[in-house]
Amino acid sequence: MFKTSDGEEIFVIDAHIHLWDARPENQRNVHGAQFINCFHNYQKGLSPEEYHWSTEKFQYYGADTLYEDVFVNGYADMAICQPTYLKEFYVNGFNTTEQNAVLRDKYPNQVLLNGAFDPRDGEPGLDALTELVEAYKVTGVKLYTAEWHGDSKGYKLTDPWARRYLEHAQGLGIKNVHVHKGPTILPLNRDAFDVADVDDAATDFPELNFIVDHVGLPRLDDFCWIATQETNVYGGLAVAAAFVHSRPRYFAEMMAELLFWVGEDKLLFASDYGIWQPKWLIEKFMAFEMPEDLKAETGVDLTLDVKRKILGLNAAKLYGIDIEAQKTKISAG
Amino acid sequence: MNAPAQQSSDQREANDQRESDVWARLATVSDPELDESVAAMGFVDTIQIDATGEVQIGFRLPTYWCAPNFAFLMAHDMREAVESLSWVSTAIISLRDHCNAKEINHGVGAGLSFGDTFPGQTAAELDKLRATFRRKAFKRRQELLLRHLKGADMTPQQLCAMHMGELATLPLEDDEALNLRARYQEIRGEFGGPAGEGDLAFTTDSGEMLTPDGFGDYLQDLRRVRVNAEFNANLCRGILQTRYGETAEE
Repeated sequence: MFKTSDGEEIFVIDAHIHLWDARPENQRNVHGAQFINCFHNYQKGLSPEEYHWSTEKFQYYGADTLYEDVFVNGYADMAICQPTYLKEFYVNGFNTTEQNAVLRDKYPNQVLLNGAFDPRDGEPGLDALTELVEAYKVTGVKLYTAEWHGDSKGYKLTDPWARRYLEHAQGLGIKNVHVHKGPTILPLNRDAFDVADVDDAATDFPELNFIVDHVGLPRLDDFCWIATQETNVYGGLAVAAAFVHSRPRYFAEMMAELLFWVGEDKLLFASDYGIWQPKWLIEKFMAFEMPEDLKAETGVDLTLDVKRKILGLNAAKLYGIDIEAQKTKISAG
Repeated sequence: MNAPAQQSSDQREANDQRESDVWARLATVSDPELDESVAAMGFVDTIQIDATGEVQIGFRLPTYWCAPNFAFLMAHDMREAVESLSWVSTAIISLRDHCNAKEINHGVGAGLSFGDTFPGQTAAELDKLRATFRRKAFKRRQELLLRHLKGADMTPQQLCAMHMGELATLPLEDDEALNLRARYQEIRGEFGGPAGEGDLAFTTDSGEMLTPDGFGDYLQDLRRVRVNAEFNANLCRGILQTRYGETAEE
């Protein structure tokens, strides 16, 4: 819960956190080492200095540190674990549903757990998805269309197998599909930053919500365009939110674009913890005001009501959370 | 490269001249995604020139995972640009600290296409990608110039009716404005229809006329492209600096 200086309470759902294991003994190859280094550079490149971590902490922080950083100091009432398997880079995977379930089981009122699938797993993967949904009771999935898989360096949501998986997931009760369209892992054979496949999938699966993580960066312009066309496409603010500290003017320009094109009801706050910490992100986001020139030019504003939606109300809607009931549950422990 | 221990001052001057020739050529090579030069972004960090006119250029990117297709395009374009200098016998481009450094260096060195550099792993060649981003570069350069001129109290009516010849002779004062105009003029011939002196200076990328009524919406549409590109450039600069501790030009 974030409290404004006027004592107003803001219910916070961090829509994107991780509990990963990138310790050297879990790294399968140089890619695993480079992957975590790259994440660490993102942290150091965009966080205030007092939030830079040592290599050791960054490789592995564990459930207790996460709880402290996100829920005790970080204002989050709830958070959504988004898995990132990366089995080609890490022996036991980087951040799997199974690893994240430890956190959810410990804090069931505050942690929402998502699963994942990879359409390149073919027929056996469909059964595995059924088992995953039954075992972990997830209602959302996180997809990495750029993940390496054998000889493949990426896929599209419009691939025939991806469609089969989406159909199957929908049949199992999945509502929310988070799609990673953003920096850090790259396909070779296709430009997986291309968000056009989300457009087609969103049209074909109107019952599903598609949350484009990192608001499509580095294809924000294309993402904004798609999100105006599709009512079931949302934007997750991980990475983008961090600019509020290091590049506030660009943060303002980007928020103005997003509010203008995508709209205040379709944006979700996300820290991408452990890359960035919700504490400073939220403090700076709450203190942030849209510059007058951008307000005049675009006609949008980042008012307290808009911030409230972005920080929690929008995610609560997508995940069917009754905030008042949830508050009671959380305070009862 | 074994440089002699002592060089005459003439030789030193000649070498300095050659090195600045190479930098000048590199300044013409863009990261297609950012529409900024590989030199200004700080991607190139070493240039070595030997007596036979062989030039070795070392570069690295903000992350190990930066898109291989763009990395390939930059390496390819750097080789071409530097080899266009009359005294250069060959330019050897070497990307390092990248997941596909080996393949890209080999492919560009051997003059292979992107598809042949990664056999069986990629369907399309990069011409389409390059064209997509060049079009975005047009929009961004146009938006920046229009915004600047609008800020200098020119009306939508004036801007919509302006011809290329008038744009060329507008009395612009500061360096920023001159640079914005030059960059727009450079790309205008590629998009937006005929670009002779008597043609409209500002048209859509497909050559449609702008109208004062639709001007505000049109600019808002272009803004998306610019904000995205600037955001990416900022992210790249920030992460490059964190990775290598050096500062790129702003």
